[in-house]
Amino acid sequence: MKKLINSPETVVKEALEGMAAMHPELIRVDLENQIVVRADAPVRGKVGVVSGGGSGHEPMHGGFVGRGMLDAACPGAIFTSPVPDQILAAMRAVNGGAGVFQIIKNYTGDVLNFEMAAELAQAEGIEVASVITNDDVAVEDSLYTAGRRGVGVTVLLEKIVGGLAESGASLEQVAALAKRVNEQGRSMGMALTSCTVPAKGSPTFELGEDEMEIGIGIHGEPGRRRVKLAPAADIVEMLANPIIEDLGLKAGERVLAFVNGMGGTPLIELYIVARELARILKGRNITIARSLVGSYITSLEMAGCSITLLRVDDEMLRYWDAPVLTPALRWGI
Amino acid sequence: MPITTEDVLRWITQTAQVFHEQRDYLTQLDAPIGDADHGVNMDRGFRAVLDKLPSLSGMDIGSILKTVGTTLVSTVGGASGPLYGTAFLRAGMVTAGKHELDEADVIEMLQAALDGIKARGKAHTGEKTMVDALEPALAAARKAQEQHEGLAVLLRRAAEAAEEGMKATIPMQATKGRASYLGERSIGHQDPGATSSWLLLKTLAEVAD
Ligand SMILES: Nc1ncnc2c1ncn2[C@@H]1O[C@H](COP(=O)(O)OP(=O)(O)OP(=O)(O)O)[C@@H](O)[C@H]1O
Ligand SMILES: [Mg+2]
Repeated sequence: MKKLINSPETVVKEALEGMAAMHPELIRVDLENQIVVRADAPVRGKVGVVSGGGSGHEPMHGGFVGRGMLDAACPGAIFTSPVPDQILAAMRAVNGGAGVFQIIKNYTGDVLNFEMAAELAQAEGIEVASVITNDDVAVEDSLYTAGRRGVGVTVLLEKIVGGLAESGASLEQVAALAKRVNEQGRSMGMALTSCTVPAKGSPTFELGEDEMEIGIGIHGEPGRRRVKLAPAADIVEMLANPIIEDLGLKAGERVLAFVNGMGGTPLIELYIVARELARILKGRNITIARSLVGSYITSLEMAGCSITLLRVDDEMLRYWDAPVLTPALRWGI
Repeated sequence: MPITTEDVLRWITQTAQVFHEQRDYLTQLDAPIGDADHGVNMDRGFRAVLDKLPSLSGMDIGSILKTVGTTLVSTVGGASGPLYGTAFLRAGMVTAGKHELDEADVIEMLQAALDGIKARGKAHTGEKTMVDALEPALAAARKAQEQHEGLAVLLRRAAEAAEEGMKATIPMQATKGRASYLGERSIGHQDPGATSSWLLLKTLAEVAD
């Protein structure tokens, strides 16, 4: 294992200390509870938006804490969900009296721990609502699985819903928009390499020089199928077409197109992916209303990408464009 | 012979030892169908429980079990933390104030624990989870109670049924938790959570013997 770390045991804590040292004007890090909280939390009368999950997906979620996005993030150990105490501490810290909204990715561990935290918060009189993102078309949503995994849509949802919450909307309005964003977004990812969890010290899986995994999640796990490496143009077809079909996107519709790097892929390659995606969408007469290109929901140093398409309406666009000031996303301010 | 407060404390202590010894085994079971952390999770949780042990002496059984539950919830993480945590919390609720458990109390405790896991995880038998070890264990315990075989036998029967239930998860296809993403590829592997449930009951039976 070759990593820029001091010790595998202290990775999460030391990264949080680094964030705290660099962004004091945006965030506060509570190391004891292992949470990242917006510097001016709690904001009176505003719905507090809380997310979290295993670490290793940076900048998600801690990098999205700040004005116009998340009020708090609860990072667990690498690829392991946070525990209810942590989540409860975050909910208390951001409760400005208008309730707290939880953004949860659909993994059994995350769902159960957030659910327990919600029960504890409710017992203290905090009003709670939540959304569970489940946008990964690589997993079948059926009676035979725990449901689709939450991936790329989570980033877009945190921005859009965070923008709405910043405008002073009610918990009910925030929950309604979150539900709509989740329903209108789908993703699919692929890997060129595996990644190494520091505590384990070796790659989670091995991939040959000429192989790739299609349909990966964000925890370094293998995907749906292993196939021969192909040109970017073909890879993007493999990712984009299932998304377009699953969403039922039609000619004339508008999308937010999100090309995401898995952590080890340079921006120059992501823009090639973006080029191919634009070509496919143009061929189907689908308009790219907004876009995001970069590594925002990652799997440590995994090389690869994911594509997310979100069918947008005017309200989503308004809050996507709204000002945001966080360590990882900043515009309009 | 009823189960005493001391028995419960011994059960917790020995369980912590068992999970520490079986840590790699449980983690290996979790590798092909999960994310290779179940042994690590259980060991971390029960080590935290051990740290709390000194503060538990003199407490009633319900308070001990509730402390175990809250400790597991706040240290295990993953899916098994909330599931086992809820199980111990519910078990602690039905044994509140008690310093001894007879057969009926033990069955009520096991039922409450199982109900808690099912309420939280929404799993039924046959989905390749800890429920597949615990549900038959409870049924066997009830049968032993009807036959008036005594508490030690009752717990031994429960542990044996849990072991069978655990082995029965091997040919199952997982439809809950992380393993369900694998579809048919989950067939042929023993469920780690069913295995840790068996270990818990086996240790309880040994303490009561
Ligand atoms: N919905 C459920 N109901 C009951 N048991 C479950 C459920 N989901 C998972 N399990 C049990 O949990 C065990 C896995 O626990 P583990 O400690 O490895 O957590 P995990 O699933 O890896 O969590 P995470 O994904 O957050 O890391 C499985 O073997 C199974 O017995
Ligand atoms: Mg696991």
